Amino acid sequence: MENLSLEIVTLITGIALLLIGIWGLLTQKNLIKMVIGFALFDTGIHIIMVSIGYVKNRTAPILDQAVKTNQAAEKIVDPVPQALVLTAIVIGLGITALMLAFVLKMYQKKKSLEINNFNDLKW
Amino acid sequence: MVKNTFIFVLLVGFVFLFFNLFADFTGNTELNKLAGHYAESGHEEVGAANLVTAVVVTYRGLDTLGEVTILFLSAAIVSFLLKIETSSTDDRKLRTTSEILDTASKILVPVIFIFGIYVFINGHLTPGGGFQGGAIIASGLVLILLAKPLRQISQKLISIVESISGLSFVLLGVAGILFAAGFLDNKILSLGEFGTIFSAGLIPIIYIFVGLKVGAELSSIITNLQENQNEA
Repeated sequence: MENLSLEIVTLITGIALLLIGIWGLLTQKNLIKMVIGFALFDTGIHIIMVSIGYVKNRTAPILDQAVKTNQAAEKIVDPVPQALVLTAIVIGLGITALMLAFVLKMYQKKKSLEINNFNDLKW
Repeated sequence: MVKNTFIFVLLVGFVFLFFNLFADFTGNTELNKLAGHYAESGHEEVGAANLVTAVVVTYRGLDTLGEVTILFLSAAIVSFLLKIETSSTDDRKLRTTSEILDTASKILVPVIFIFGIYVFINGHLTPGGGFQGGAIIASGLVLILLAKPLRQISQKLISIVESISGLSFVLLGVAGILFAAGFLDNKILSLGEFGTIFSAGLIPIIYIFVGLKVGAELSSIITNLQENQNEA
């Protein structure tokens, strides 16, 4: 257990969340639960990205009294994955809002949230 | 049965995909070359104490512009799908708002708005920035709507704030081509003293516009979703 460091734990958490999200997307019949599954999938990927950018025993990429500018390269973690995750969170939020709007529209049409009732395109 | 097997196979496939990533993963002990460059010369080139902000707004400013565009697009589609019909707001059955929620929203909403503005103005110094500040402002709006569900939020004001800040973001980017090294370069203004609020050139100004734009877009999504509940 001594080699169970922070980045390994976060990586396992991220992969577990991602798998739960995919499982939810595939098995749930309720549209809202499917949206929640998608959001979990999204969050799992964010955690994986941040854990890949982590560098052992270092701190956040913000320069202040604790991290002087001349020793920044030895003290901070990679800022690029964090910036990418910031982008990904915002886009994930936009997609979730869009999916919820579709769900609302579908509910208004058929008064139901069960995916089995939406079989107009089934053949 | 076939369906369950298929789901199981797909999940096992994903486990296999990510197991490869996990098995080789030992964690980093060094920054890679690009991140090392950002860490060493980011404070001279950009002047932002928060290096994530330096990457988001300046080094990869174009990505941020695309991101803001995607958020705008999704907000636009949500408001297109959920057109607000003003006539149907009367027949909603509402519970009376409790005294605690009503009073707390009156006291907390201005504080939440000011905190959101603080977060995006200080985006180049402390953790935070335009997106986070905008989300905080929109959460203040959620509190208003929880306390007074029938309150009308002016869509006109939201769209004016959104368009002006979006346009200013692009114009500031174009000004970078004319007066500095390239699109969205922040050296139009002087970089100032490192670590103070008036530093990092254009970054605080761009982040103010990003914050206002994100706040307006999230507010429009929330009001659209909220005012459509009664039709369901």
